[in-house]
Amino acid sequence: MKREPNKFEEAGQAILQEINEPDQEQEQHKRSVWSVVSIPLLAILTGLIIGAILIAATSSSVYAAFGESPWRGIGAIFSEVYQAYKALFTGSIGDPVRIINALRSGEGSAIRAAFNPFLESLVQATPYIFAGLAVAFGFRSGLFNIGVEGQLFIGAACATFVGYAIKGLPFIIHMPLAFLAGALGGALWGFIPGLLKALTGGHEVINTIMMNYIAFRLTEWLLSGVMTRPDSGGMPISPLIEKSAQIPQFFKSPIRFHLGFFIALGVAWLIWWLLFKTKWGLNFRTVGANPRAAKYAGLSVPKSYMLAMAISGALAGLAGAVQVLAVNRSMALGLSSGYGFDSIALALIGNNHPLGVVLTSILFGTLRNGATRMMVVSRIPIDIVDVMQAIILMFVAAPAIIRSLYRLRKSKEGEETVFVSGWGGGQS
Amino acid sequence: MSKKILFVFAFLMIGSLVLAACGPAAPKAEEVLVCQITDTGGIDDKSFNATAWKGIQDAMDDLGIEGKYLESQEVADYEKNLNAFIEEGCDLVITVGFLIGDATAASAEANPDRKFSIIDFAYDPPISNVVGQIFQTDEAGFLAGYAAAAVTKTGKVGTFGGLPIPTVTIFMKGFVEGVDYYNAAKGTNVVVLGYDLEDETKGLFSMDFDDQQKGRELAVSLMDEGADVIMPVAGPVGLGAAAAIQERGNAYLIGVDSDWFLTAPEYGAITLTSVMKMMDATTVQVIESVIDDTFAGGNVVGTLENGGVDIAPFHDLDHLITAEVKAELEQIKADIISGAIKLK
Repeated sequence: MKREPNKFEEAGQAILQEINEPDQEQEQHKRSVWSVVSIPLLAILTGLIIGAILIAATSSSVYAAFGESPWRGIGAIFSEVYQAYKALFTGSIGDPVRIINALRSGEGSAIRAAFNPFLESLVQATPYIFAGLAVAFGFRSGLFNIGVEGQLFIGAACATFVGYAIKGLPFIIHMPLAFLAGALGGALWGFIPGLLKALTGGHEVINTIMMNYIAFRLTEWLLSGVMTRPDSGGMPISPLIEKSAQIPQFFKSPIRFHLGFFIALGVAWLIWWLLFKTKWGLNFRTVGANPRAAKYAGLSVPKSYMLAMAISGALAGLAGAVQVLAVNRSMALGLSSGYGFDSIALALIGNNHPLGVVLTSILFGTLRNGATRMMVVSRIPIDIVDVMQAIILMFVAAPAIIRSLYRLRKSKEGEETVFVSGWGGGQS
Repeated sequence: MSKKILFVFAFLMIGSLVLAACGPAAPKAEEVLVCQITDTGGIDDKSFNATAWKGIQDAMDDLGIEGKYLESQEVADYEKNLNAFIEEGCDLVITVGFLIGDATAASAEANPDRKFSIIDFAYDPPISNVVGQIFQTDEAGFLAGYAAAAVTKTGKVGTFGGLPIPTVTIFMKGFVEGVDYYNAAKGTNVVVLGYDLEDETKGLFSMDFDDQQKGRELAVSLMDEGADVIMPVAGPVGLGAAAAIQERGNAYLIGVDSDWFLTAPEYGAITLTSVMKMMDATTVQVIESVIDDTFAGGNVVGTLENGGVDIAPFHDLDHLITAEVKAELEQIKADIISGAIKLK
């Protein structure tokens, strides 16, 4: 139903524009940067400190050293933690000595190998960026999309299918087509709970969780039936994706750095622009901040929910698509390590801002990548990194702890607002 | 034929190792680094990841090698972990499961000077620096099925799997064939619930290798249908089935992969036997071949004949199996080895 906005609605729009956050942000930009960034940064620091305690507490060599003498024990703690974090650093950023030597030698292959840890961290960050954007976009629009994981699976399945089933297309068409198929699949999977919410008021938290299970079982069924690799004897793995549909990697194996990372940055910019620079974005955020006021302002709340869920789902679908097209080159059971769920944490740490999401994704990617080296060198299980991420999230979600720990002043209206409205935006 | 020759080689290798141990100790063993990459099940999956790691641990204890492992959380980790171990300079990289097949093949071809072994997968054609370890578990499943048919009082036995994939269904297939063989020999009509020889996809599956609750539910429904011997082929999911059987107390369990009487002793009183897949033993053999430099690519098939698969002793439930049935099982085993009994 189309109708002219009346005076009341225009006034409502204007008021909402007044009270909306980004204008404030611009005015107080300099002051608010620290208040926004301080909590996550201190949370990360605290996470690393508690991680160090866990590393020491779970190390048998520390106990053995304490058995000899307390001084030895303390020494062992420091050397154990130093070893672990050194491995975390060299595994995720690179070994400075090796980088300098490689640069000095001037050999292309040596330089590439020396920088590979950092590039690999970016590879690990890429799906986090897409999935984090999906959650952040949902939060900004007043929706708690817990269905990112399922949307990711459907997106990956669609991208994979287009990637292997269509043959003979040139790269310039096939790759974008497969990639967009991923977005479309995810969008459809997100749209369904959006539609249910708009039509029936069914809460998206419950519906997206249920849609996750449908997506997991559906992809399992597809992989062991329609999409199974012909010579695999029914193993849950798809055929290899055609070369023309693969997102290209820039260097030779073992360096996996690929174009998808830059696509992710581009999409992050696009979402920032959509949310903060367009009328649509304003509408999404208005509905997200206060659906009743938005309705009063003449916005269609159901329409906003449906559209926002579809966009959020599309972003999640891209997370799946980029993994299969750029890294895995086929789809198999065990597609995701839980990107859809980690990304909820990630979006919150990133304050539901695209830039925050990108930075936090790189942090998560770095931690996960470094964890591999940490495990090879110090035999510290990868789970410790999961625990560290959880601790970081806990402190970000409960900023009061960090404030009292580090005696920060309370900011006037800070990071919680978006989070709270994300939960409370249930009714319209 | 060539598989048999490979195994003869394997035994010669062990033999030579024993001889070497009598002389000066193999100097290289301490320097050998063996690295395992798990699939997404993780290192303590009580199934093939854990069994392969046990093989490496055995080799660490007995041969003095160094061992490391990396867990994969998702498909994208396979390649990353392979790269990490190549970088680390591992002498032998052991990957676990069909799903790592692509990544292992790619890594093996990119690093022809390195040695690899993959469990539950065979390349066709074989790759010169990869040993594929596969197992004819239906042969042992056949024996377990025969024993189950001899023990059942209700005339019904049951099985369920994790996923309808070949490495799982081969257990179930052998089990059903063993029951059928018993029926044909004794004129009985023991029914197997949970698997259909005619249609592999029509079976009972938990669709999961983690959730013990599902194993419990499946076991309860099988017992409700009257099954009194149950073989769960779903890794740790089977422990849920074991718990459900123990609660009811009127059914028996058949373990898989390892001897559950030893690995899950809390269910020892109900464990009739186990269909054992000796991935640890074959892994040790591959490690030994790296140490004494006889490593050769190709595929190794574990069978009843070479001891790569077998059923576990009946332990506490020995009294359920009559001497007659035991003799028949020995005969069947010999017949499978000789080829007199052909499995489908």
